Amino acid sequence: MKKVGVIGAGMTLFRRRLQETGKEMAFEATKMALDSAGLTRADVDMVVNGTAPDAFDGVHMKGEYLADGCGAYRKPYTRVFTGGGTGVFSTIAGWWHVASGLADVVLVVNEEKMSSCQPHPQSVFAHIWDPILDRPLKPNLVWIFAMEMNRYMHVHGVKKEDIARVAVKNKRNAVGHPCAQLADAHITVEDVLASEVMAWPVQRLDISPPSDGASAVVLASEDFIRRRKIKDRAWISGVGWCIDSTMWTDRDLVFPEYVARAAKQAYKMAKISDPRKQIDFAEPYDPFDYKELHHLEGLLLAKKGEAPILTREGVTERDGDLPVCPSGGLLGVGNPIAATMGMKIGELFWQLTGQAGKRQIPREVHTGVSQAWGDLMQYGSVVVMSS
Amino acid sequence: MSGRITKWPGVELSAADLAEGKVTETRFRPNAKYAWSAGEAMSRFLAELQEGRLIARTCHSCKRILFPPRMFCEECFRPTDEWTYIRDTGTIETFSISYLDTDAKRIVDPILVGVVSLDGASPKMGMMHYFGEMTKDEIRIGMRVKAAWKPREDRHGSVLDILYFRPLRGGEQ
Repeated sequence: MKKVGVIGAGMTLFRRRLQETGKEMAFEATKMALDSAGLTRADVDMVVNGTAPDAFDGVHMKGEYLADGCGAYRKPYTRVFTGGGTGVFSTIAGWWHVASGLADVVLVVNEEKMSSCQPHPQSVFAHIWDPILDRPLKPNLVWIFAMEMNRYMHVHGVKKEDIARVAVKNKRNAVGHPCAQLADAHITVEDVLASEVMAWPVQRLDISPPSDGASAVVLASEDFIRRRKIKDRAWISGVGWCIDSTMWTDRDLVFPEYVARAAKQAYKMAKISDPRKQIDFAEPYDPFDYKELHHLEGLLLAKKGEAPILTREGVTERDGDLPVCPSGGLLGVGNPIAATMGMKIGELFWQLTGQAGKRQIPREVHTGVSQAWGDLMQYGSVVVMSS
Repeated sequence: MSGRITKWPGVELSAADLAEGKVTETRFRPNAKYAWSAGEAMSRFLAELQEGRLIARTCHSCKRILFPPRMFCEECFRPTDEWTYIRDTGTIETFSISYLDTDAKRIVDPILVGVVSLDGASPKMGMMHYFGEMTKDEIRIGMRVKAAWKPREDRHGSVLDILYFRPLRGGEQ
């Protein structure tokens, strides 16, 4: 396999509603990523697009619709979609294009325009449930999270205050992010606990917002990076992905086994035997605050039930021993499903190349892990990157 | 480059911009309707619900009693073997008290909903359903519950043939 590096990244503002079409947003993010790598579209061999259900944008064949904005005009092009897992999975798909030796330079472009769906994208989320078993009950997507969070709290005896600390940390971290939708320098645990109860135990400030946004990264082979003398690069050292059954009422929701399996695959490839020691920082998927904790345990960066304790002790703060979501995450920057790649893969690239500005972790970091999650609590995608 | 980029693209719009017609826009309402064939396993499952019974499939290879029933075992990857009835009692594994309806609209009287693992199926196997005859202060994980069925004449082969799961009363099986 060829060695693959990330050499550029770009993203748009994340907002509840942007004027730009999905295609225009994709163009902006892609152009920024190419410019930052010092490349043009002519350098690009192949393009991968990641985007969530067509129903958000209201455009079927969304991959094809977005292609021009992704720089894919008359090039080999593929759209991939693994639910929320797309935020990290599309980079894995880009990676295998280059690792296989098939391409030297690949663009990975993720887009989501959730505001087109009126009055709220929530009604589209309802379509992910099983039509016979679940949908007659008129479910709401937040139920998934409420049930999983409650199980997690019950089994490990986790207090809501300790979960709220994640929302506070990430929304504060997002203050340093120029694209952030919900950054808040002054938010407190009390604010989270006093926010509207949506579906107990989930409250309003436990949740990331729906957003419009796009993000892009440029991947290149080691040969290309050396030939073009590209300085700002971070290597993809491990990838892993895994799916569990849609029969979600048949498993204990307390631990994301599929994330653990994806992580083990990625760590094996990256030659990581002790993740807690060998990984300097993490960008786990945090659409809800408890999810960051759940995923830290799935990523084997905390023992089962230990993630809330690490959070309370400040270990996961930007200046802590294991910074988690230094970008501000989905909770702070926003949650345009697939486009969250900007905080997952993008942030790893920016942190590892010392370009994270106000968000830069205040010590040298060499290895980071990003992870995304999706579907009926069943999909995990993991990428390890090293300087 | 994050630290070196000064202008980040994107023009924010507010809900008012749309409402007040400040934005050029077009609107479309899809008229998509679906009818799902319930399939082999679910057709029998729904027919049994109409009779007030819960049915599962067994797999002779992994020895699991699979609920909801399925015609193949995802783990052994072979056809399942036999139909078997399980009980309509179980244990609350997790729950939520929802103030959101299916479109994320706010509701005053919360919906009690969660996962029940059912007696007679393999451990942890169960279904999502509503809970009733209990308050939001009484519901708890580990609570023993039993299905409250609609009257026979009102059942039509749907998970809604069960109204909700209610607390198991003393002496009840």
